[in-house]
Amino acid sequence: MSPIPSAAASSRIRPAATAPELLRNFCIIAHIDHGKSTLADRMLQLTGVVEARAMRAQYLDRMDIERERGITIKSQAVRMPWAVTGDDGATTAYALNMIDTPGHVDFTYEVSRSLAACEGAVLLVDAAQGIEAQTLANLYLALENDLQVIPVLNKIDLPAAQPEKYAEELATLIGGDPADCLRVSGKTGEGVEALLDRIVELVPAPVGVADAPARAMIFDSVYDTYRGVVTYVRVVDGSLNPRERISMMSTRATHELLEIGVISPEPVPTQGLGVGEVGYLITGVKDVRQSKVGDTVTNASKPAAAALGGYSDPKPMVFSGLYPIDGSDYPALRDALDKLKLNDAALNYEPETSVALGFGFRVGFLGLLHLEIVRERLEREFDLDLISTAPNVIYDVTLEDRTEVRVTNPSEFPGGKIREVREPVVKATILTPSEFIGSIMELCQSRRGDLLGMDYLSEERVEMRYTLPLAEIVFDFFDQLKSRTRGYASLDYEPTGDQSADLVKVDILLQGEQVDAFSAIVHKDKAYAYGVMMATKLKDLIPRQQFEVPIQAAIGSRVIARETIRAMRKDVLAKCYGGDITRKRKLLEKQKEGKKRMKTIGRVDVPQEAFIAALSSDQGGAKADKDAKKK
Amino acid sequence: MSPALPEGDAAPDDGALPASVAAGAGRRRFGVYVHVPFCTVRCGYCDFNTYTATELGGGASQASYADTALAEVRLARRVLADAGLPQRPVETVFVGGGTPTVLPSGDLVRLLAGVRDAWGLADDVEVTTEANPDSVTPESLAALAAGGFTRVSFGMQSAVGHVLATLDRTHDPRRVPDVVRWARDAGLKVSLDLIYGTPGESLDDWRTSLEAALATGVDHVSAYALVVEQGTRMAVQVRRGELPTPDPDDEAAKYELADELLAAAGLTWYEVSNWARTPDDRCRHNLGYWRGDDWWGVGPGAHSHVGGVRWWNVKHPRAYADRLGRGLSPAAGRELVSGDAADLERVMLGVRLAQGLPVAELPSSGRRAVAGLVADGLVDGRAALDRTDPRLRLTRRGRLLADAVVRALVA
Repeated sequence: MSPIPSAAASSRIRPAATAPELLRNFCIIAHIDHGKSTLADRMLQLTGVVEARAMRAQYLDRMDIERERGITIKSQAVRMPWAVTGDDGATTAYALNMIDTPGHVDFTYEVSRSLAACEGAVLLVDAAQGIEAQTLANLYLALENDLQVIPVLNKIDLPAAQPEKYAEELATLIGGDPADCLRVSGKTGEGVEALLDRIVELVPAPVGVADAPARAMIFDSVYDTYRGVVTYVRVVDGSLNPRERISMMSTRATHELLEIGVISPEPVPTQGLGVGEVGYLITGVKDVRQSKVGDTVTNASKPAAAALGGYSDPKPMVFSGLYPIDGSDYPALRDALDKLKLNDAALNYEPETSVALGFGFRVGFLGLLHLEIVRERLEREFDLDLISTAPNVIYDVTLEDRTEVRVTNPSEFPGGKIREVREPVVKATILTPSEFIGSIMELCQSRRGDLLGMDYLSEERVEMRYTLPLAEIVFDFFDQLKSRTRGYASLDYEPTGDQSADLVKVDILLQGEQVDAFSAIVHKDKAYAYGVMMATKLKDLIPRQQFEVPIQAAIGSRVIARETIRAMRKDVLAKCYGGDITRKRKLLEKQKEGKKRMKTIGRVDVPQEAFIAALSSDQGGAKADKDAKKK
Repeated sequence: MSPALPEGDAAPDDGALPASVAAGAGRRRFGVYVHVPFCTVRCGYCDFNTYTATELGGGASQASYADTALAEVRLARRVLADAGLPQRPVETVFVGGGTPTVLPSGDLVRLLAGVRDAWGLADDVEVTTEANPDSVTPESLAALAAGGFTRVSFGMQSAVGHVLATLDRTHDPRRVPDVVRWARDAGLKVSLDLIYGTPGESLDDWRTSLEAALATGVDHVSAYALVVEQGTRMAVQVRRGELPTPDPDDEAAKYELADELLAAAGLTWYEVSNWARTPDDRCRHNLGYWRGDDWWGVGPGAHSHVGGVRWWNVKHPRAYADRLGRGLSPAAGRELVSGDAADLERVMLGVRLAQGLPVAELPSSGRRAVAGLVADGLVDGRAALDRTDPRLRLTRRGRLLADAVVRALVA
């Protein structure tokens, strides 16, 4: 008997007409390269929703940038039919909704909403690598949401696979027998049918009140150039029907439902969505901010009394100044950000002017990966060349007179008497082979970390938990962690609040002129190291001028480090006779053009490349993150 | 002559010049440069357009060269007349290379005679040839003087053995005082060319070379920082790490030492890289380059300038001989320099001279930059503020940073 339901069986699982007990809503929790998309591809094929000839690798990852990096940024939901023959020999058709979750720490809130739309989670772990920190964090989220977790080891076709070892590890983590851990290969398809059967067997059917006022939770919202915003929802109570007016409970805004349907795996309009069903809505709005993840959709004429819990606005955690390398691209950058914002509720920005870099924007991001993705999209999709300043976090500064200032740009850190500075802290989870414990403790200690606890997942692998200032993670932490552990350690973190800290602003001065783009807020004990590092770096990057250029690092008016770019002594062509004149003139013309592309700080000509080099190496964390995802 | 030819417009086959070149010709002096593209040895640092005897043949041999060059002189006479330029006697002739003195003195004298036939020579004409210390004899120098040459410039480069070896120079440094004496005895003015900044040369080595040059009693010295040019054997050696990269600070120190020692010996600078005992000892031909005068460059790869048109000949001696043989101009490309480019050239060349550039001739942005340059010690404040004739004259530090000064003046 084929697991693809017959026509007769399928009639019982039509959208808007499927009994909740025939629905299974699940997600897949996996680390970036543990094979989630490939497994999803196999499911799409086995359930017959994608024909073999229409298949393409990582079918669900829509954006080029996702496909290239092998990461999923936007979650989606796919409805798949699956028939199971019971012990009594009767065959029942089920509708499975697979909800794809983003796999990165920056998108924790989106992950939590995806999980809230499910009753079960497939915990997918690479049988050659074992669980990673981000997966662990998401697993804990799933357990907190009371999801039925189905442990699965993937890539069992790999020669390096050690399913026994990692099955033990998973059993330690979630309880149960290592033998219950399914073994599959997304690549060959082995074990995937058994997994689909297991999902039907173990994942609880959704429960809701069919005749109550409609309540559906938005777990994703995507801007489409042709359709406007496409909103993904999970219906909890009641039902949503075509052509009715709906209301967003956080804003009370109402919209007409232009289209409602399911994804299978292309959008298919339906007669509505009933209790427990997952699908999409189109209302014609043009901005994802009007259809926010976590919000509750209800019927405008018969609204629900209370929204579903768990809604919160995305909060930017990391800020960076983005500047066009060519100043005349500023309007293009503004337009590009406006367009990206339509599809990215977490992105926010304000115009900013830098003496050194000209006109640009101070942009807030969820984290370093979010920053990298936005930056890369701006450069790739909008063909912009950008400089970004070193990422920083938000500081709450209280002055002596109790005035409070929120600082998102280090150069705006107030001078004068300061009573207190508060900075965000995170709880970081690091999974590492046990041999690196010492080295990681050293790193975390040097980054002002407090050890919260440590657990052995197995004899060789350890989970370490730290409280760390977010600013320390944003600055080069990931890079350091990877290099100290030969790439084996993984990191996850979540914001846990803020703390008071002894922070100072270090300014960098070129010939006495402050270079705003290089100002940084650092812990008092590290101010000297930062100052020396920047001064040395700039000394090597800035070409010699006709005069001596002192580079100083200063806290307020106190200079803490100094380097000097010696004056250039010779800049003249010794020979300039008849045959040299044309060549020489052309060289000077070229140098003149080059000078136009330099930024002048005081009297010092600084090539654009020097800014890029000085700023980019500070983003080690983001860069390493990116490289890690590229595998 | 410089290595790669610049990019420019195509030059017409008959070499014809636009009528615009005649304007103001009466105020410009006229000189002739003759390039001799031969050397006995190709030096590792040299990127000039020159060939050793074994590298050439087929109508471009050393023996036939003077006749080929004379064909260009005749073409030049016709082209200038056709462009409406008045007949101007030649005030300076400069024979450079290569090593002109690898040609027999008779050939060089015959070339000069051809120039005289074409335009006539001014009464006080200056006729210079470059020479290698080991390619002249008292007799050859006397023959040059008898044939009308007035000046010789020897490629001394250094007085230190290991420096000469790095430069692939084959002459014995002890011969230099002799050749200087022979030339003076023949009635020729003498200049010595020196190179500083050769890999491995110490400041003391350089001092030794300067003192040796001064000990000959010459009245003119040119001193050039070694430039490692792309495509030379030395560039390859530097890239491979076999020779150190020239250090601009070291070159600056050596320039300063040269300026001190030469000035102390009574030779004052009149151009960034040239020192002379009296105004009369200056090389008038080279001054023409920096003052925007007219000159015709004869020979493969030679550059010319007449009334704002700059052009350059094909580089290879065989292509050069071939074109002249077919009655065509040997010019490969040219450009009409006007507007901003002409301003830039005037400033770039003018600031090199000790006489300076009249402040009034600077573009307005340049005049505004003068105060800053004076404050930075690059421009002589007294000359710039002179009531009757304010001029932009570089200080010693300014000479070393002349290109930076030019960029500031024409920003």
